[in-house]
Amino acid sequence: MTQDTYRRPAAGQHPLNLSPEYKSTPGRSPRQPAVVLPQSLSEITGPLLTTERLDALENDLTKQRSGEPLGERIVVHGRVLDEDGKPIPQAMVEIWQCNAAGRYHHPGDQHDAPLDPNFYGGGRYRADENGRYEFITIKPGAYPWKNHHNAWRPAHIHFSLFGPAFATRLITQMYFPDDPLLAYDPIYNSVPAGTRRRLQASFDMETTRPEWALAYKFDIVLRGRNATPME
Amino acid sequence: MSQGLTPSQTIGPFYWGTIVKAYRADLAPPGVTGERIEVVLILHDGNSAIVPDGLFEIWQANSHGRYNHPDDRRNLPLDVGFDGFGRASTDTKGSAHFSTVKPGRVPWPEGGMQAPHINISVFARGLLNRLATRVYFDGDPANGEDPVLKSIDQARRATLLAKRDGQGVWRLPIHLGGAQETVFFDC
Repeated sequence: MTQDTYRRPAAGQHPLNLSPEYKSTPGRSPRQPAVVLPQSLSEITGPLLTTERLDALENDLTKQRSGEPLGERIVVHGRVLDEDGKPIPQAMVEIWQCNAAGRYHHPGDQHDAPLDPNFYGGGRYRADENGRYEFITIKPGAYPWKNHHNAWRPAHIHFSLFGPAFATRLITQMYFPDDPLLAYDPIYNSVPAGTRRRLQASFDMETTRPEWALAYKFDIVLRGRNATPME
Repeated sequence: MSQGLTPSQTIGPFYWGTIVKAYRADLAPPGVTGERIEVVLILHDGNSAIVPDGLFEIWQANSHGRYNHPDDRRNLPLDVGFDGFGRASTDTKGSAHFSTVKPGRVPWPEGGMQAPHINISVFARGLLNRLATRVYFDGDPANGEDPVLKSIDQARRATLLAKRDGQGVWRLPIHLGGAQETVFFDC
């Protein structure tokens, strides 16, 4: 029996765990190299969340409360693909973000900016058979985060993806194109220079909805399968 | 068409609004077969301080050793209501609790069987990548022939072995760094 496995990322794709400019990493990053594990059924299977029931409005973050949230309404859409460009159908996509003022609906967020009673900031969507997903939300604000003097996070949306296997699990952040704060952000810049631009969505005029919302496109690429050996 | 992999970023501290909506700390509703266990994972940073804002996910086979996934094509029973996926954030004591069943053994690609284990993903503020590790059960007779455990330096093997702590309760501290740093895997 042949068994499909997932390609290991080449060096320089992901951030180093120890990225000292991001001050939380020295105390929380392993110092021993990760032990390379041959992929067994434990790694090539993974949660598909097929039994998870999603409400129809879970991908519209502007309709989760009684009124409309403040801020600039946007469409965020894209495809979940593997490294060969093949769509990952029915992929679960989860997002969370702060409100337009830069405040999370979370008791731990003490930033002196208003909460919006009409914005919770979380959404889920199951991609279609072509890996396409779409969210309606408001553009998140920038916020200070005390990592260093006058540190501000660029506007971002957190994304969580499972893909087809334990090996393909990914949590990341989507940024907005050419945000001037990107140059100063240690989290964005923890990604090697050659690949960090992949985290910037592109402005998508074609998908904007006239008189209603601007649009951004963000494709997410998860690890691809190794070529199946000839039998 | 070759596509560039999307780089990883930290989960940050404020994730629970959404993703803990899919909170699944109880994996095994009544009727699921197998030995009922509670798995307690305690997250520590490199200075042994507890991490109260982390997130654990677990992925495991059922008691027959079958993963609920189309790529596990073996003719073994699936349990209705048992997906094998769990997710829980750490509490103020750094602990996350999962109620589940002890997984059965699953095969090793090069032949033989692995000892019962649960696959773990660790996320936290300050972690830029998902960390992957495994929980094994201390004293399980299969541990001695497990190819993963055997491949790890004896001195560090204990970081993967949950200890029995009362009836059906298994505890394992996960250390992100320091002298007791957990073995993490590049899988």
